[in-house]
Amino acid sequence: MNRERSTFLQTLLAALPLLLMGCGAQGPDWRTLQPVSDFGRLGADVYDDLIWWTLGILVVVELLLLYALLRYRSARSESEVPSQVHGFTALEIAWTLVPAAILFFIAIPTVRTIFELQGAPPSEDALEITVVGHQWWWEFQYPELGFVTANELHVPVGRTANLTLSSADVIHSFWIPQIGGKRDLNPGSENRLWFTPTEVGEYYGQCAELCGTSHANMRMRVFVDDSATFAEWAAAMQAPAIPDSAGAMTFLISGCAACHTIAGTPAQGKVGPDLTNVGRRTTLASSLIPNTPEHMAGWLRSPDSVKPGALMPDLNLDEQRVNELVRFLEGLR
Amino acid sequence: MSVRAMTAPGHESLYSGGMRSWLTTVDHKRIGVLYGISALFYFVVGGVEALIIRLQLASADGTVVGADTFNQLFTMHGTTMVFLVLMPLSAALFNYMIPLMIGARDVAFPRLNAFSFWTFLFGSLLLNLSFLVGNPPDAGWFGYANLTSKQYNPGMGIDFWLLSVQIMGIASIASAVNFTVTILNMRAHGMSLMRMPLFVWMALIVQVLMLLAFPPITVAFIYLMFDRFFGTHFYIPDAGGTPILWQHLFWIFGHPEVYILILPSFGVVSEVLPTFSRKPLFGAPFMIFSGILIGFLGFGVWSHHMFTTGLGAVADTAFSLATMLIAIPTGVKIFNWIATLWGGHIHFKTPLYFAVGMVGLFIIGGLSGIMHASPPVDIQQHDTYFVVAHLHYVFFGGTVFGLFAGIYYWWPKITGRMIGEGLGKLHFWLMFIGMNLTFFPMHFLGMDGMPRRIYTYAADLGWERWNLIATVGAFVIAVSVLVFFVNAVRSVRAGEPAGGDPWDGATLEWTMSSPPPEYNFAIVPVVNSARPFWLHKFGPTRDISTRTREEGTPPQPDTPPERIDLPSPSGWPILAALGLSLVGGGALVGLWLVLVGVAVLVFGVYRWAFQPLERLGHPTFGPAPGGGR
Ligand SMILES: [Cu+2]
Ligand SMILES: [Cu+2]
Repeated sequence: MNRERSTFLQTLLAALPLLLMGCGAQGPDWRTLQPVSDFGRLGADVYDDLIWWTLGILVVVELLLLYALLRYRSARSESEVPSQVHGFTALEIAWTLVPAAILFFIAIPTVRTIFELQGAPPSEDALEITVVGHQWWWEFQYPELGFVTANELHVPVGRTANLTLSSADVIHSFWIPQIGGKRDLNPGSENRLWFTPTEVGEYYGQCAELCGTSHANMRMRVFVDDSATFAEWAAAMQAPAIPDSAGAMTFLISGCAACHTIAGTPAQGKVGPDLTNVGRRTTLASSLIPNTPEHMAGWLRSPDSVKPGALMPDLNLDEQRVNELVRFLEGLR
Repeated sequence: MSVRAMTAPGHESLYSGGMRSWLTTVDHKRIGVLYGISALFYFVVGGVEALIIRLQLASADGTVVGADTFNQLFTMHGTTMVFLVLMPLSAALFNYMIPLMIGARDVAFPRLNAFSFWTFLFGSLLLNLSFLVGNPPDAGWFGYANLTSKQYNPGMGIDFWLLSVQIMGIASIASAVNFTVTILNMRAHGMSLMRMPLFVWMALIVQVLMLLAFPPITVAFIYLMFDRFFGTHFYIPDAGGTPILWQHLFWIFGHPEVYILILPSFGVVSEVLPTFSRKPLFGAPFMIFSGILIGFLGFGVWSHHMFTTGLGAVADTAFSLATMLIAIPTGVKIFNWIATLWGGHIHFKTPLYFAVGMVGLFIIGGLSGIMHASPPVDIQQHDTYFVVAHLHYVFFGGTVFGLFAGIYYWWPKITGRMIGEGLGKLHFWLMFIGMNLTFFPMHFLGMDGMPRRIYTYAADLGWERWNLIATVGAFVIAVSVLVFFVNAVRSVRAGEPAGGDPWDGATLEWTMSSPPPEYNFAIVPVVNSARPFWLHKFGPTRDISTRTREEGTPPQPDTPPERIDLPSPSGWPILAALGLSLVGGGALVGLWLVLVGVAVLVFGVYRWAFQPLERLGHPTFGPAPGGGR
């Protein structure tokens, strides 16, 4: 067997993690590294710091290991014994102090950023939003603006949003990777999180703490709007139009109003998501399906097959009723 | 010619005897084998669970299993790998090797040892019984409250989980007491603590960690048990309880548990690297103290698992800095391992492959751990696939590779036969490639926003490519495990006889035959070096022609010069273990079964307590008393 070649091959194989890292690094357009808020930027900056330290240490230490293996690969007989070195205190001190020094350089930006991230919001006129986690959807209350919505969060670009986070049932975790790090929604206590969005756009997020059957389906969108769009959206939320009173009646007699609120109608249920202006949303069922009449109908017919474990009951609606409801709900815009 | 010393022929009779002899055995070697076989069996079970998980995630909107089944699979996979595979596999090596490495005839409490094993086994069976009733636990291996409350988890799955883990916890604590006493009190003459092999040192630290870490988790489980069975509200926020209490109690156990899982592997590597580079371990005292420091600091860092919980900036800072500190002693270990290889004559045998693989892969897990120590970075990575990648580089790359290094290293000692080098290296390369294919891409997925514990994801997120690669990698790992089992069977059936000292070892276990006799040492050795057998073979100087064999510990003679009495087999430990498990399992059935369990437990312990260690007809070896001398 060709020893040289096999050594070469084995070195190559051992370098596999580094190769994989290369593949990954070739396009790090990863969401967590594409922050669109000051909050996300602060975290990403510390990451940028740390990744070079860790990659540097990784390469140096792995190369030392590989070098030792190749250099001291032995074909010698077993009666020969290498020099029996038991240790060298100066070296021990060196490889205690050098990592300690590196950690010092990691600790400084870390501690500074911890206090920045958890300090008061950077601006006085922050938009207050209360986020309540539910199995398995998101409630967004805008107390200053006087309305409530679900699963699609709208915030104006350039204005700090100050979130109060809690949960109605089990622990969830609020996470929009491009906005920044996550924070848990704990039942029985409140957490806070602020961020100032810097780029208009639509961003994906989902629950990051296991919360039961449909944890994977507890998704959300964040719309960072320019101020005019946000003002228009907020105004529509504050004074929603109810174009179809017959539809509203169907909504009431079908039992939907027991759980759902539609502002401006007698439907004032508080268990499920607020459906005010639901026709304006781009997605349904905690961002699981696009908001089209077909998907809306499918969701009404059998919530559980769209979102396993969904707490919305299957009301056994007949086709005519489903069509009426879809027409009514899609018209709420 | 080799200077390898001649040792006595192997004692295959160690493993003979029927079912009954295995059920009543108190021999640490046979108990070690029992632990090993159980752990490898569960390794396959947990592996199959992982393969199903990977199949489900291979593409977006997967339909292999449903949401609830998926949640059950990852909960069982995690619980199985931690409590039913890695801990018992370490226990297997501890059981078999520690008495041999410190020059003892058995552990301090042989029957307690049997009790530990059977309690573990029954506990593990109870956990898996949940599959049979169709309701395995589904709240993740760290089962955060209040998802585990009766209100949000009314089925029996959580009950199976909390009862079985508590039962196995009792096994761990009993075993920790046993091995702490064994290591502290039963060392051969001359084996001071600083002459103790590194593997035994790491084992000692692990025992102390178990003694200190299992009480908090037991408290956490008892609260949960009271919440679920008796309607208390420790974790129920509506009634004034706090779910976050669970997180604190769990991670006060959970972080030391990480070291309970990794230090045995550190110990193995610290034996294997010196043997195959034919040098002493570089900086042995530093290796010992860094191990102690890691264990000590490990109790002060638990909230680094809770940086998203909202503990506040001051707490986050304290736990962040404490966590970073642990990187220093860990780094010391890695540098000393590399320095051990440096300047050696490295012999590339399978155990060395796995040991080096462990070092190389653990570095990756350690460095991603440093990222998690920094809260601004961790809050993005927490609960994502980045963490899944990190923990598998630590537990798979670190613990599994290290323990396989130990299995290959001590296989000839345990079985008396060599295990195939070709298949062993094939096993290594497949596992190494498979492991990196599976887990490295998970870093990318986490950074791209993929949370852990999701049974499905949308196609437009762009997560399919790396998920598919990870799934392929998982099957490569599965093939590698298959290669190992083929190799193992071939070795047991037709392996070359190993002799006592196949690797030219330095420590006491190599002075005896393979497998060792029931009584271990015909003559209890006298030790005056950290490498007693090496000293015997090579002397204190490098020049072999002037070596003085007298200074080291010679190989064991074939037969004991004096009579040796061994403790008699006993059926009472297994009965007591059965009773204890009935107390736990009975809670799922009815009070009557709990009471039956209590009766069996009390009866078993009572008979055990009054059974003399040496009964009529207990095993004896060597010359008969009064005869022929
Ligand atoms: Cu969730
Ligand atoms: Cu930890």
